Amino acid sequence: MTCKCGHVDDSVKQEDLQAAIEKFKAVKGGLIPLLQEAQDIYGYLPKEVMQQISSGLSIPFSKTFGVVTFYAQFHLKPRGRNIIRMCQGTACHVRGASRVFDAVSEDLGVGINGTTGDLRFTLETVACLGACGLAPAMMVNDDTHGRLTPEKSVVTLKQYE
Amino acid sequence: MNNLMDKCCDKCAHSPQTPCKDYVACRLDGPICHQDEACKEKRARFRDEVNPAPGQGRTVICVCAGGCISSGSMKVYDKLEKALAEKGLGGSVEVRKVGCHGFCEMGPIVTLEPDKVFYTRVTEDDVDEIVASIGGQVVERLLFTDPETGGKVTRYDQVPFYARQQKLVLKNCGFISPERIDHYVAMGGYRALVKVLYGMTPREVVDDVKVSGLRGRGGAGFPTGAKWEGALNARTKDKRYVVCNADEGDPGAFMDRSVLEGDPHAVLEGMIVCGYATGSDEGYIYVRAEYPMAIYRLKIAIAQAEQYGLLGDNILNSGFNFHIKIKAGAGAFVCGEGTALMTSIEGNRGMPRFKVGRSTEKGLWDKPTTLNNVETFANVPMIINQGGGWYAAIGTEKSKGTKIFSLTGKVINTGLVEVPMGATLRQIIFDVGGGIMGGKGFKAVQAGGPSGGCLPTEHLDLPIDYDSLGAVGAMMGSGGLVVMDDTTCMVDVARYFLNFTQSESCGKCTPCREGTKRMLDILTRICEGKGVPEDIETLDRLSRVIVKTSLCGLGQSAPNPVMSTLRYFKDEYLAHINEKRCPAGTCQALLVYSINAEKCTGCGLCAKNCPAGAITGEKKQPHVIDIKACIKCGNCFQKCKFGAVEKK
Amino acid sequence: MDNVNLTINGRQVSAPAGSTILDAAVAQGIFIPTFCHDPNLPGVASCRICVVEVKGQKNLTPSCMTAVREGMVVETESPAVVEARKTILELILANHPQDCLTCEKNGDCRLQDYAFIYGVKEGGFTGERHNYAIEEDNPYIIRDMNKCILCGKCVRTCAQVEGRAVIDYAFRGFRTKVAPPMNNTLGDSDCVYCGRCVAVCPVGALLYKPMAGKGRTWEIAREPVTCSFCESGCQFYLNKKGGRVIGVSAGSPGLGRPLCLKGRLGMELLYCDDPVTPQLKKGDVFQEVSWAEALGLKGVIDKIKKLEGE
Ligand SMILES: Cc1cc2nc3c(=O)[nH]c(=O)nc-3n(C[C@H](O)[C@H](O)[C@H](O)COP(=O)(O)O)c2cc1C
Ligand code: SF4
Ligand code: SF4
Ligand code: SF4
Ligand code: FES
Repeated sequence: MTCKCGHVDDSVKQEDLQAAIEKFKAVKGGLIPLLQEAQDIYGYLPKEVMQQISSGLSIPFSKTFGVVTFYAQFHLKPRGRNIIRMCQGTACHVRGASRVFDAVSEDLGVGINGTTGDLRFTLETVACLGACGLAPAMMVNDDTHGRLTPEKSVVTLKQYE
Repeated sequence: MNNLMDKCCDKCAHSPQTPCKDYVACRLDGPICHQDEACKEKRARFRDEVNPAPGQGRTVICVCAGGCISSGSMKVYDKLEKALAEKGLGGSVEVRKVGCHGFCEMGPIVTLEPDKVFYTRVTEDDVDEIVASIGGQVVERLLFTDPETGGKVTRYDQVPFYARQQKLVLKNCGFISPERIDHYVAMGGYRALVKVLYGMTPREVVDDVKVSGLRGRGGAGFPTGAKWEGALNARTKDKRYVVCNADEGDPGAFMDRSVLEGDPHAVLEGMIVCGYATGSDEGYIYVRAEYPMAIYRLKIAIAQAEQYGLLGDNILNSGFNFHIKIKAGAGAFVCGEGTALMTSIEGNRGMPRFKVGRSTEKGLWDKPTTLNNVETFANVPMIINQGGGWYAAIGTEKSKGTKIFSLTGKVINTGLVEVPMGATLRQIIFDVGGGIMGGKGFKAVQAGGPSGGCLPTEHLDLPIDYDSLGAVGAMMGSGGLVVMDDTTCMVDVARYFLNFTQSESCGKCTPCREGTKRMLDILTRICEGKGVPEDIETLDRLSRVIVKTSLCGLGQSAPNPVMSTLRYFKDEYLAHINEKRCPAGTCQALLVYSINAEKCTGCGLCAKNCPAGAITGEKKQPHVIDIKACIKCGNCFQKCKFGAVEKK
Repeated sequence: MDNVNLTINGRQVSAPAGSTILDAAVAQGIFIPTFCHDPNLPGVASCRICVVEVKGQKNLTPSCMTAVREGMVVETESPAVVEARKTILELILANHPQDCLTCEKNGDCRLQDYAFIYGVKEGGFTGERHNYAIEEDNPYIIRDMNKCILCGKCVRTCAQVEGRAVIDYAFRGFRTKVAPPMNNTLGDSDCVYCGRCVAVCPVGALLYKPMAGKGRTWEIAREPVTCSFCESGCQFYLNKKGGRVIGVSAGSPGLGRPLCLKGRLGMELLYCDDPVTPQLKKGDVFQEVSWAEALGLKGVIDKIKKLEGE
């Protein structure tokens, strides 16, 4: 659904969003899964989308905003096409994750939660990927990469357009 | 008939619409409703295909599709499939994507069943050789080398890492395909469900779980039987829930993930049995968002269980209904806490609630709710099948059964380890884990994640269970064990954990929200050499107050890493504060770099890489570092090829 | 209802089953500090200032939500309790501007009162503090989130009115903040300036703008009045200084009453000696309007004038 050109085709997305709202309207506890779906559609959660969701589910906008800002997964700003999530877990920490992070950060020229100007990458950290046996590890989109070194991590990123 | 779950012939009347109580036994040993040798044979053949016996001429190549994916196991899998097809071996050899073998350090791991041949660090280039070896000699060079003897080990049950474990919960992981219900059934799955539905009352199930002595694997170790009894006796009768806590957020823990990804039906079966025992017809699995593969496999498992009538309405014609839904978390560690998890499922900010009464009376949507951890549920089927008494014979007096630990950090064999309760830390770290990496010395092990504590050498022979760990200032937690060697700074470790809990604090209650922040400030200062002697007393007092007054378990246990390191490694704190020295050489700001004139060849590499221009020296002459100009980046230390740069 | 017998600070007391330790203590005249507790709002037990020691329990327990039990032995000022309260106050102060001298709430602030009682002079911790802009972009409420102690009363009271819930918690951990959607200001939200939240705020985070700078809390006497604009009959307070009414504040928002802006403005017009010209939001900006318009009576008054003029 995410197109790579950065251009937003709103009408298609709007249709998908309406369908999602319909789907979760009657679901108990539907707010969070609906926000997840909306974020899948838009890549992030624009104000208007949160507003539509709030009125669709009859939930105060203040609450929706509170929920969105509580969970690390939700984003209020557009993000890159590829999401890098560097593991900060204990195992990775003791095996040098911070040096790997620094190398990637330097290579991309962005800091924590930063997005590159060309929207190619967003650099995030995550408490633990649960891939401790492969520490230090990072996840790019849905792929996990393990046993990283500063050099290897930078090379790994080249395959992601 | 395409797989074990299908009907053998038209005489079989079973379909999900016409459920049958003998369904599971029939699939395994049937057919039951009619006599037909040909059908029986078909069933046996499918069963053997899943679990071939030696000498049947069948080989199953198991490729880890768990953690090993990130070390490239799927490329190996694809190539294996292709190679087998080319050779026309598809009939007698099967390549199977399986869950984690636990020995992640050696991944990608490939095993050949039923001979238990164990190949490590397999790459695409090894595939042809592996395929060629089937039925003949094993590929020597891919075998595991026993570090003690230096000899090659062929079978995994002889590898020390496995030989010293007792795999009960993980028995199917790394062998069956987690995406196929027939595999689980062929290994004896869903028999516990049949047994409770047709042979036990809910009360009897609860009693059996009580007899087993099973305690919650999610951290607190609450007796599972007593919890179920609470739910069974709950006053509200109209609706009850079963919730599986798969939020596994402890950094350094991945046992629940492996169970979900390697044997999801065991968890489902445990939940359905719980539903039957507690009078519930609806379950939720709350899985953390960072586990997309676990969610994917759970979805498949649920769909298949529904398809074959093991989940849904009128399960196996017993009149019992049970439905399971998945809720994906959205990235908040605190949602692993019971009340936060429930409020999150309800669609709110995951802020814990002050509990008035037990969740088994008033939980999710204010209805009686039984919340258990993934591993807890995965223990249930075997307790039902083999009896609570059998289970109670394993483990220690007050902690029964086995526990899966995720062994990580500076240990040679990182991975998942399942041992009986009461194993000692030494057995786990040295016998199973192979000891410390790089020949360094053991310093401490952090047991129980961010809410646990760091234990020093003196506790290595402690038989670990819920109570013994608590007594020495750590806790079982979810079973994370992070090993540290003598280059790990304990103040830095305490700071690391506090940084974690502080950033995961929900912000609801004052002591945790404000207090952990101040503790972190103090620890950071100490690591930067700006600590003052009063800091120790302040850390002590803050710890005491935060533990005693926080609303939920996160705050109540957040100071544990600090308290335990203060207890066992106070001298390291004092060295940082009084001498501005980091004994482990970790805290950058406190390091002093110098060049050993005897080792220095004067190559000048360090000077070239020093961003501060702090290194000077003639060519071929020993160089020196100007301490005042040095910004302690450590570049010189890393670049020197002669080990001449020293840090203290 | 049955009574339960327990011991508080060595005293045998009896309290109705189902009541809290706090209720039982207060009934005995025993002081326990509270920030987040309000009998008119759902309990949250989040501030933890009210913790007490219950014999046999490892941790301290919030008295505002812990029910009394038969035979319970409670200490409300044990060394552990006092240490906890002091530390919690220090922690709050470490992240709170120490400008009591110029704070409008001076003299009527729970934080100040408790700090005095427990002898806490200052935060005692250095490090990051909040640094939010003070919001004065609406004519009715000054909002200084640096002073907020996150008791959450404003959130709960605002949500008590059907369809309102203008504010809620946002962000998490140390960054937790009470905020309107998108972390906007109140002036930029759907707030109706009823002032319920101002009425419940225990500290100086929420203040009435029309009364700012008009007097110190101890100079001001409060006198209840009942609004007669609609059948709800909300309670307001006339704030009197030296015999003059300087402003009207919202009374207890309990009792399911809406406490609307129109009502308060009406009370101001009726009782204040120098009523501040009301403002209403037109589009995105506030503009001064006539009293008739502010009270929604413009059409009525015009009509009356017309009729009576004729
Ligand atoms: C901050 C915090 C995080 C927790 N995280 C988890 C978790 O990720 N998984 C889990 O099973 N239990 C977790 N727990 C424990 C749960 O609150 C609860 O005790 C457990 O799920 C009950 O299941 P059990 O009895 O089977 O262990 C956590 C507790 C706290 C306080
Ligand atoms: S202890 Fe921490 S995580 Fe738990 S409720 Fe309080 S602030 Fe939230
Ligand atoms: S003034 Fe009224 S509407 Fe506005 S935030 Fe306060 S309580 Fe809510
Ligand atoms: S603004 Fe006042 S009432 Fe609202 S949370 Fe902050 S301190 Fe409490
Ligand atoms: S008053 Fe009891 S916790 Fe706040």
